[in-house]
Amino acid sequence: MLILFGGIGLVTILSIVKGGADIERHEGGGLKAFSPEDFPEIEWNDPSIDEPGAAGLDGTTEAFKVAPPPFSEDIFPCSECHADMEPDVERRVLEDMHDDIVLDHGPKERWCFDCHNADNRDRLRLANGTLIGFDESYRLCGQCHGTIFRDWRQGIHGRRVGYWNGAKSYLLCANCHNPHAPKFKPIKPLPPPVRPEFLGNQ
Amino acid sequence: MGKGVNHRDVDRRHFLRGAGLATMATMATRFSGASTEAVERFLATRFAELSPKEVEALLEDLERDFSRRFGKEISVEATPAMDDVVFGYGLDISRCIGCRRCVYACVKENNQSRNPQIHWIRVLEMEKEKGIDLAESNAYYDPEQVPEEKSFYLPVACQQCRNSPCTRVCPVKATWQEKDGIVVIDYDWCIGCRCCMSACPYGARHFNWAEPELPVDAVNAKTHILGNRPRMKGVVEKCTFCIQRVRNGRYPACSEICPVGARKFGNLLDEESEIRYLMREKRVFVLKEELATKPKFYYFYAT
Repeated sequence: MLILFGGIGLVTILSIVKGGADIERHEGGGLKAFSPEDFPEIEWNDPSIDEPGAAGLDGTTEAFKVAPPPFSEDIFPCSECHADMEPDVERRVLEDMHDDIVLDHGPKERWCFDCHNADNRDRLRLANGTLIGFDESYRLCGQCHGTIFRDWRQGIHGRRVGYWNGAKSYLLCANCHNPHAPKFKPIKPLPPPVRPEFLGNQ
Repeated sequence: MGKGVNHRDVDRRHFLRGAGLATMATMATRFSGASTEAVERFLATRFAELSPKEVEALLEDLERDFSRRFGKEISVEATPAMDDVVFGYGLDISRCIGCRRCVYACVKENNQSRNPQIHWIRVLEMEKEKGIDLAESNAYYDPEQVPEEKSFYLPVACQQCRNSPCTRVCPVKATWQEKDGIVVIDYDWCIGCRCCMSACPYGARHFNWAEPELPVDAVNAKTHILGNRPRMKGVVEKCTFCIQRVRNGRYPACSEICPVGARKFGNLLDEESEIRYLMREKRVFVLKEELATKPKFYYFYAT
């Protein structure tokens, strides 16, 4: 009998010790509770939508708003610099300006003038020669990415903000994807939930 | 049926009023710090059976209570379901990157307890090689960066079942399905027995084990009585598709925060809606279909 109780006691102690080891193993996450307030850099609510009138969005109008193209500061209009420059259509590594652009978009042969227009830099150029504004860039992207363009117009691809039964704002492809290197870069995830066994220790 | 139920409620009310209102009020006030209005609410009837006038009074009562507690104006609405609307949700698991922005946006919007922590959305990480395997999934992943090459992610919250086991097991009918398909909880009527939690096959219901901690400057002041109004210790809560937003036409908070646009929402009765389009055009599935709970939460692959 004594041996039996001793055995049970030992198992209990062992399992407690093992539980301690579990904590070590859990170091990846789930030990501490985080709140949205711990991440002030994230805009949890788009404040422009909270005041429907202010953003021109409310449940009554059918207007769709498309976000403006995400230009870097002071970069547009392009003609400000390019108007006085002779277009150089030679493929080359850019050195003086735009050297931060790394092309990683489809085949290696991709080049500025596949999309940008040589004679008027303030416009983009479709494959058939039509010139379009930067605010219509989705037409350019849609030339190759037809199925995604179709989904985007239906609201299935990309994020919409606003009213499910009324006005909503769209984003341009370039608002989320860098057009020169469109594949999403990985990001840091927000922390995991607290494991139940640590809920009481907070 | 309504008559019978009413009868019982009157009996209950009379019994409580007659037998021990004073004692109960004192005790409740002393031990839980609840106001007398809260005690009155406890003695009142179920939300679903209140007359419009009584609802009005209850909302004012709650607003006064909360505004005092948080030191700023808190609105409590009881916006009813719209006609010809049944809400449905779509989630593109070919896009989800497991970043958990939705989890925390939900906490912010819906006034969940920060401590003990309650999350209405749980993102499950699974291995691409193995496919969907809930038993082997991991909700506690925490790598430097997501998505990881080997993984895909499946966020799970209330599936808003048409055939909802949670509402069926509630012994006091404190939870039910609204006309627009949202499964809601009457926090004032919930007795905290947690039968619904054990009935839910998706782990979507959460219990307030302790007095919820909700910092004054973190509270979302725009609330719905059946949704994100501040809760109390001892009640169950869950996702309501952001009832306070969607009944006013807005998208749920989780869908607006999603950085990859994986979350879609709309009216299942409207053929032109986003949700109906994706159900028509994409490969769609529901979780644990074999249980015949008939969720209104659809996972899909856009690619």
